[in-house]
Amino acid sequence: MSVSYALLGLLEQDPAGGSHGYELKRQYDEYFGRDKPLPFGQVYGTLSRLARDGRVLAKGSAPGEGPDRRLYAITEQGEREFAAWLAAPVAPEAHLQSLLGMKMTLALLLNRPADAYLDSQRCVHIERMRELTNRRRSASFVDQLLIDHALFHLEADLRWIDLTTGRLDRIAKELKQ
Amino acid sequence: MTRTSVVAPGAPAGAAQHQGVHPGADAGGRPGADIGAAPDGSWAVATPFISCHDVHRSFGSTQALRGADFAAGAGEIVAVMGPSGSGKSTLLHCLAGILVPDKGEVVFSRERIDTLSEARRSELRRRRFGFVFQFGQLVPELSAEENVALPLLLAGRPRAQAFAEARPWFARLGIEGLEGRLSSELSGGEQQRVALARALVADPQIVFADEPTGSLDSLNGEQVMELLVDTARERGTTVVIVTHEPRVAAYADREVMVRDGRASCTPDRSAWAPPRQAGDGDAA
Repeated sequence: MSVSYALLGLLEQDPAGGSHGYELKRQYDEYFGRDKPLPFGQVYGTLSRLARDGRVLAKGSAPGEGPDRRLYAITEQGEREFAAWLAAPVAPEAHLQSLLGMKMTLALLLNRPADAYLDSQRCVHIERMRELTNRRRSASFVDQLLIDHALFHLEADLRWIDLTTGRLDRIAKELKQ
Repeated sequence: MTRTSVVAPGAPAGAAQHQGVHPGADAGGRPGADIGAAPDGSWAVATPFISCHDVHRSFGSTQALRGADFAAGAGEIVAVMGPSGSGKSTLLHCLAGILVPDKGEVVFSRERIDTLSEARRSELRRRRFGFVFQFGQLVPELSAEENVALPLLLAGRPRAQAFAEARPWFARLGIEGLEGRLSSELSGGEQQRVALARALVADPQIVFADEPTGSLDSLNGEQVMELLVDTARERGTTVVIVTHEPRVAAYADREVMVRDGRASCTPDRSAWAPPRQAGDGDAA
């Protein structure tokens, strides 16, 4: 599901002109697909679903050779839903770094307030830590061990979020080179 | 707001005679009804117990605070977070009347304190506030017991009474048997518990804690925080904790971020409702 939003975000770089599937795949793989490039089938399948649901519009074909060169542009509905997804913090769970990293990349590419999004993310993490800290007060010894483990993981996430906050300017520069 | 004369079970002897649960705390010692999540999901403090508005403070050419706002309700526990050099300790020092802002105002219990004389602020700090710092900052020439009794002696209590009030804190904080030791004979965790007892012994209305677990390992840090928070909740004491540690902030009712000399409250959560998923049914 994050692939859909990533494609919407990449399309928003040029909302008027749009982009075609091949270019979207190239950008996706550059920013997010280091270990797992996006299969062409998934790109076109996702774009079809987004078009069916009114989030993108198929605009005809771009000149050139090769596979499907149909141009897609993001719709107003697509923009609204993408903006809401981008600003919503990620649930504090394992492996959030790939999704949060994707959101930060898109936010910086599109000049959105990445630091404010990270502040929201920090709040959601601390909120989760607060719940666990309260629960631990009355937990059994074994449960306390498990809760401590979860707390340390959330804390590690927060360190990473703090470091990312401090590096946003540098990351933005690198992305826009 | 509730004001009762109830003193929680286990409170040290002497607590009952001069203080009850502080204003703003309900019977369970939780923050009063004037603090909480607003309908839009953001935090609101309708009746701040301690607050500041548009506070600026510089040290030479360095601007530590540039228009900071802050408010905590009675009985509330608030963590002040932010990167190193963000101004969070300066904010705490301004709220506590240790520093005077260059501009802006600080209000405690509906009274402006930034315009008070140094003598009046000093009295306020002694009688109404308690302090815990990163490294305990005990008086090295005094025994642990004398350190704990110090705020009471400074407030004019007779020596015997001050020591009678100080002594129960050692059992309460799990450091009984250390009463006669100098701070150099105590571990970091023990020193910080003595410092905690010293901050709480005079039953302050607000405890200001600046990185209270910064010099401690995880276990000792957790114990110090539990002692601080449990005692504050029992007595309805307001606590303002400066920390960069999320595990410490997680003990607070909420956190406030300080960045570039400005404090921002918890973001509005109403904007976080995720939309219907785009492209439902994706494999990824």
